[in-house]
Amino acid sequence: MTYLDHAATTPMRPEAVAVMSEALTRSGNASSLHTSGRRARRAVEESREGIAAALGARPSEVLFTAGGTESDNLAVKGIFWARRAADPKRRRILASAVEHHAVLDAVEWLVEHEGAEVTWLEVDAHGRVLPEVLERAIVAAPDEVALATVMWANNEVGTVNPVADLAAVTASHGVPLHTDAVQAIETLPVDFGTSGAAALTMTGHKIGGPYGIGVLVLARDVECTPVLHGGGQEREVRSGTLDTPAVLGLASAVREAVDARADHVGELARLRDELITGVRDAVPDAVLNGDPDEPTADGPGRLAGNAHFTFPGCEGDSLLMLLDAQGIECSTGSACTAGVAEPSHVLLAMGAEPTAARGSLRFSLGHDSTPADVQALTAAIGPAVRRARSAGLTGLRKNPVDPVTTTPTEV
Amino acid sequence: MRVLAAMSGGVDSAVAAARAVEAGHDVTGVHLALSAKPGTLRTGARGCCTVEDSRDARRAADILGIPFYVWDFAERFTEEVVESFVGEYAAGRTPNPCMTCNEKIKFEALLEKAMGLGFDAVATGHYARLSVVDGTPLLRRSRDTGKDQSYVLASLTPEQLRHAMFPLGDSWKSEVRAEADERDLAVAQKPDSHDICFIPDGDTKKFLDSRLGERPGNLVDAESGAVLGEHTGVHGFTVGQRKGLGIDAPAPDGRPRYVLSLEPVSGDVKVGNADHLGVTDIDATRPIWPSEQPLPAPTECRAQIRAHGDTVGATAEVTESGVSVRLAEPMEGVAPGQSVVLYSPEDEGDLVLGSAVISATR
Repeated sequence: MTYLDHAATTPMRPEAVAVMSEALTRSGNASSLHTSGRRARRAVEESREGIAAALGARPSEVLFTAGGTESDNLAVKGIFWARRAADPKRRRILASAVEHHAVLDAVEWLVEHEGAEVTWLEVDAHGRVLPEVLERAIVAAPDEVALATVMWANNEVGTVNPVADLAAVTASHGVPLHTDAVQAIETLPVDFGTSGAAALTMTGHKIGGPYGIGVLVLARDVECTPVLHGGGQEREVRSGTLDTPAVLGLASAVREAVDARADHVGELARLRDELITGVRDAVPDAVLNGDPDEPTADGPGRLAGNAHFTFPGCEGDSLLMLLDAQGIECSTGSACTAGVAEPSHVLLAMGAEPTAARGSLRFSLGHDSTPADVQALTAAIGPAVRRARSAGLTGLRKNPVDPVTTTPTEV
Repeated sequence: MRVLAAMSGGVDSAVAAARAVEAGHDVTGVHLALSAKPGTLRTGARGCCTVEDSRDARRAADILGIPFYVWDFAERFTEEVVESFVGEYAAGRTPNPCMTCNEKIKFEALLEKAMGLGFDAVATGHYARLSVVDGTPLLRRSRDTGKDQSYVLASLTPEQLRHAMFPLGDSWKSEVRAEADERDLAVAQKPDSHDICFIPDGDTKKFLDSRLGERPGNLVDAESGAVLGEHTGVHGFTVGQRKGLGIDAPAPDGRPRYVLSLEPVSGDVKVGNADHLGVTDIDATRPIWPSEQPLPAPTECRAQIRAHGDTVGATAEVTESGVSVRLAEPMEGVAPGQSVVLYSPEDEGDLVLGSAVISATR
């Protein structure tokens, strides 16, 4: 098996499995006042402190949630509601056009149901939000902005955003910035305190931790209206009995990922570059999407584990099937409900043609990737692309519609 | 063989895939996403492209232990099936979209992709018997004549049929359901799908109205030429239709009126009594000969002119523009745009001789 889909999920780190398995044998509600409750509470708080230290936050800023989707929803909706409650003029959300659906759909829900207005922040050809784009969007009406949300690094093409620069822009106008850092923790020096962000999303299963648990790091002075109501366990912002074993597993994984980061990231980037070279050698017209990751003073422009290509003349789902049949697992983009690979909104926002967007694959390396994984892919990709090209673009129209003169019939 | 099983999420295609696996083939399941905006859940028995159907297909593939993918054919389906359906109605014809889907999507777009990816055949849950003798495909009615779908497969070319597999042709529907149950396929009791999958509420007129808008015209007495009323578009009518004509005054002779013909250029819908409804001569175009044998001479056969209709005795003959069919007794409701399928009655299932699209009737 060659697993090249770490951006979808990562194998759990053995240490996290051990810590969590051991914790599953103990009972205790961290909110209970008796001995077993106190024991659970102590484990949770030590985990919270460990995660806070690893992310450059204060322990009280770490709120446990059920994962990245919940953290994104809580940040976007909660900060929107709280800011609007403080001043009804604040109804505008500034969001990058390449956000994960957990942010995109939360924003769109607020537009449809809560009277929010949205400004989609355009990205450059690499998928990056430039500070001047954010600045322009704010100065149009600074008093009306509820929040801005820009991901730390993109889950599809791996482009890294200049979060500190973006946060400096929002801070100068008194606007809170939320950043989805789900993909960033493992390879980028994420430091919440120095980033200047008001809120940050992370999740366990993208860094070798457990599924179903994540964190919203929420600065202490940022008001956030709850989405889930109940016992108010997490700073009265998030309710629900804490999953103590998962909290422990998460803390273990975060600690290990962050401790190993400096050593790991260079090796991972070298492996990724071998993959890119190998794919290009096998398929000379493959197009690498996203940042070329030339070294700069500001740090990497691209996630160390990410390689995202368009293979002209191929359908991504053909390639995915052919590689899967050889035990090579990758992705056509972010998965969607019906399992259909739709043209990626990220690539479209970067200016790609819909046809090109359909012919794209993401390979993502992680903490357990090896040179053998890269060799397996570079050996298989050439024949797979030739075969996929002979299968053609059969799902598309034979006679493309002229968008100016004709409207295609929608089903 | 490497077989691609098209899995709709229904019981038939699940059992067809299971049989292909059991026959020793290397099977991969694929669900075709045909709708650009799939509904989340089925309501009633209709539809074949909801998220729930996709999930049902996936669960069946899980149980069979075969790889499974969802492939997006929504654009191609919209172009080849939906837009053609709307265009045919606008032109005063009555299309059969399931036939178009078999011809253009399942056994053209999907088959092309499957062949390109190294598959040898596409298997579906259609009820029809298919054998290939010395390279010649023979397409016959299924054993369960009540479920027979040879009519909607009759527009497939010999080359398409050579790469098709219909594992349910020799079975009764009740056997298929029982087999699904035995195999623990959760779809065993799923209701049959009906109607047109891209019109989930079954209201074809409303669907066509929403795409074609109002195209007013007159309801005209076919004999006298008198204008009897107005209508909002020929696409609301089918030859042979009696109900919903919207004519206030009864006919002078008191007999019911039927739609006799549709004239999209003038917008006239010609109506008249049942005497004018019977058709004995059919001209049809675009003939397909599944066994690669055009009729050599005028041939005695049985003709069927709609998906679930009866057959009548007929004499068919190849002409310059296609096929002409003379029926031994008049048939009613023969609508241009539908296909006439010619069968040769045989003990092991009526053999499909050919099919063609009805262009004119007398």
